[in-house]
Amino acid sequence: MSVEILARIQFAFTISFHYIYPPLSIGLGLALVVMEGMYLKTKNPIFQQMTKFWVRVFALMFALGVATGIVMEFEFGTNWATYSRYVGDVFGSALAAEGIFAFFLESGFLAVLVFGWNKVSPKMHFFSTVMVSLGSMLSAVWIVVANSWQQTPAGFHIVGEGLNARAEITDFWRMVFNPSSVDRLSHVLTGAFLSGAFFILSVSAFYLLKKKHSEFALKSFKVGIAIALFASLLQLVTGHSSAVGVSKNQPAKLAAYEAHFDSSKSADLYLFGWVNEKEQNVNFGIAVPKFLSYLVHGDFNAPVKGLNAFRKTDIPPVNFVFQTYHLMVAIGFTLIALSLIGIFYLWKGTLSEKRWLLKLFVLSVLLPQAANQLGWFSAEVGRQPWIVQGWLRTSEALSKAVEANQIIFSLILFTLIYLLLFVLFIFLLNEKIQHGPMEADLVPSEYEKQKMNFQNN
Amino acid sequence: MDFNFDLNSLWFILIGVLLTGYAILDGFDLGVGSLHLFMKGDLNRRILINSIGPVWDGNEVWLVTGGGALFAAFPHVYATVFSGFYTAFMILLFVLIFRAVAIEFRSKQPMQWWRTAWDTAFSVSSILIALLMGIAIGNIITGIPVGADKEFTGTFLAMINPFTLLVGITTVSLFMMHGSIYLIMKTEGEVQAIVKKWTNNAVIFFVICYVSTTMATLIYFPEMVQPFKAHPWLFLLAVLNMLAVANIPREIYHGREFKAFLSSCASIAALLSLFAIGLYPNLVKSTTESAYNLTIYNAASSQQTLNIMMIIALIGVPFVLTYTVSIYWIFRGKVKIDAMSY
Ligand code: HDD
Ligand code: HEM
Ligand code: HEM
Repeated sequence: MSVEILARIQFAFTISFHYIYPPLSIGLGLALVVMEGMYLKTKNPIFQQMTKFWVRVFALMFALGVATGIVMEFEFGTNWATYSRYVGDVFGSALAAEGIFAFFLESGFLAVLVFGWNKVSPKMHFFSTVMVSLGSMLSAVWIVVANSWQQTPAGFHIVGEGLNARAEITDFWRMVFNPSSVDRLSHVLTGAFLSGAFFILSVSAFYLLKKKHSEFALKSFKVGIAIALFASLLQLVTGHSSAVGVSKNQPAKLAAYEAHFDSSKSADLYLFGWVNEKEQNVNFGIAVPKFLSYLVHGDFNAPVKGLNAFRKTDIPPVNFVFQTYHLMVAIGFTLIALSLIGIFYLWKGTLSEKRWLLKLFVLSVLLPQAANQLGWFSAEVGRQPWIVQGWLRTSEALSKAVEANQIIFSLILFTLIYLLLFVLFIFLLNEKIQHGPMEADLVPSEYEKQKMNFQNN
Repeated sequence: MDFNFDLNSLWFILIGVLLTGYAILDGFDLGVGSLHLFMKGDLNRRILINSIGPVWDGNEVWLVTGGGALFAAFPHVYATVFSGFYTAFMILLFVLIFRAVAIEFRSKQPMQWWRTAWDTAFSVSSILIALLMGIAIGNIITGIPVGADKEFTGTFLAMINPFTLLVGITTVSLFMMHGSIYLIMKTEGEVQAIVKKWTNNAVIFFVICYVSTTMATLIYFPEMVQPFKAHPWLFLLAVLNMLAVANIPREIYHGREFKAFLSSCASIAALLSLFAIGLYPNLVKSTTESAYNLTIYNAASSQQTLNIMMIIALIGVPFVLTYTVSIYWIFRGKVKIDAMSY
């Protein structure tokens, strides 16, 4: 296999593995803020027990996120050296900002969140929880900004020619607020909230099914379902505006998402189908006729730029992105439906009896995880063959000093260690869930006890 | 080469500061890791791990941010070094992952084999990280083959030679010394007595390594000391370094643990400053042809970016320092094991 294919496989593998954990941390972080906030407000010890239980789970996710994230930080230099030289001016500052603004914040306050129960006052602890949650969202900000710049570059000019060409910043804020950053950032963050929310729903539904820790489970479920409903609806909105943005800024990608070939025709919106790239049609497809034309131009009969308008060498693999994209959207609608049904039975008070629904919720944790991965696959593979849309091709962005066997070596190394990590992660997570919330967590923390003793004396 | 006060030099210094921060902070927790297997008994080992428990992740962020800053300020160095040292870096990343999860997983299961396995992973990976970083520094001193197109043209095995290995071992010894002093501050009673013995040995180990490395550098890489000939007052740094190391046993003898730790921090800072002064204004020296050296000028981003980054640093750094100091303050004092501990 060529260096290019190997480098791409390696990058895709390591980033996809990394991306299992950050959405869970971002989503759980938000839920922790809600739970601990309720504890401070109501002083009901069950909320403290909930916070402490979910903090233990959170710490595990976080540790894996950190361990796998460090790889990503250096992989631009190891695998994509030419790309790093080309974009260093623009891209590096976003990555450095991420370290300074986000990672220090997260990792610092995480210490208080996990180990600080007996060392700081409850208010200070809550403040730390908020900061950890904020930090995890900020780390999404900078990395998504950098990635959005690759999708829709802005605020730069090219200096030098041929091999020495590189992008230099001309306008920092136009670089940061490039045409796709806001849409994509909001979509990514809501996707992360969904991951966290459905994780909580899944564990709570499991306890309800087993009739264990009922009060704990029901309260956790409520927090989860509230976030889920809010985020799943928002995900439709942000996803829609992303799609409109793609149609303007990356028409080849949009045409591939919807397998639209002929530029002279109006375009349909598919629900599903199987693309035959040779014959340029979609088999077994069901579509809303002309609806894509309406979404893009507000007119059912307006023609939409199709794949035939591009050179063969400038379009992504069509069927692959078609499938990943439509699966993501299908999952999006499924999550909305699940959230609504969940709220309905919760409101009727019969949730605990609906075993089929609880079983669905136990499995539902996989859906946002899958949608997050599928979304990135659509966005990133849909950008091919460009690494910086319109400016630099992936095939020109490689490290010249790296040979295929070196990448194979690292690929084997990472496959082995990530397999091991994943197995251990599932094993430990399962133990934590089986063990459930601790009785001991219902009692006030050392800090509060001391304060009470102090007041009584 | 004389010092120019411009943005490029400023970024040379700032990245130096980030990496020094990293060496001082992660240095002690890598040191604790390197010494971990010498400690016997499960509870004692837990005390060791929990002494770095709340802070090791934050310490590692200095490396991550240093990497990001290098990418932004000197993209050619980031590209050349990381793609050139590909295999070495992959091994480094591999052990960094192992170390992180060893800390996280070790105390999650009671089985003896489980704990021994993760203890070994924790310790071996800590030593390897220090060794690999030292070898990397050694290669920066010796220079590496870089062509006219700024690309690395050497091989993985050529990076490992007696000199770079010596620098690697010196780094391990430095971190062991630093880590053991940190442990004196964080432990009490029986554990502390054991750790104090380690410190004595570690100081001796370090001094031997340090003297050998210095001699080897003087003999084989005299250009590293060129700036010191031109500006003799820079020798003060070298003197300061020796004084700081000599001060360590004295402070420990008098029971002033924190001062001993500060001395050790000072000696790391002095060492890295000596290294940086010897290197300036180069970042990577080419053994192929000195015209191909990557310097703070030909490897840098545009002035505009250096400027923007400067603003980002000015806004961010005060925050970073505030959190770092607060966290260390909140977790000051001797380690106590409780339900949330590792
Ligand atoms: C800031 C940059 C950045 C960010 C935030 C991401 N990626 Fe990306 N991705 C790249 C920068 C990048 C890249 C360096 O530009 C790659 C390498 C080769 C390429 O064409 O783009 C890439 C390729 C790439 C590929 C391979 C596509 C192909 O080669 O056909 C996949 C599957 C992903 N990424 C997936 C992800 C996932 C799951 C992410 C979520 C965390 C993610 N990316 C975030
Ligand atoms: C290629 C792109 C990426 C790089 C280079 C990268 C880099 C990193 C690094 C170095 C860490 C560890 C920081 C530490 O030591 O504390 C990390 C953790 C993290 N990353 Fe990524 N990352 C990438 C993609 C993403 C994306 C797309 C998101 C979110 C949408 C994200 C969110 C996070 C979060 C929240 C953490 C904290 C750990 C956790 O919560 O699991 N990262 N990342
Ligand atoms: C509800 C219907 C949804 C629509 C219409 C939609 C739309 C889109 C579009 C158009 C993109 C591509 C943006 C680009 O190429 O720049 C995208 C990407 C993405 N989607 Fe969705 N999406 C939906 C649901 C979801 C769900 C439920 C999740 C996860 C829980 C999700 C996660 C992602 C992610 C992580 C990306 C990649 C990042 C990005 O490019 O923004 N999406 N989505």
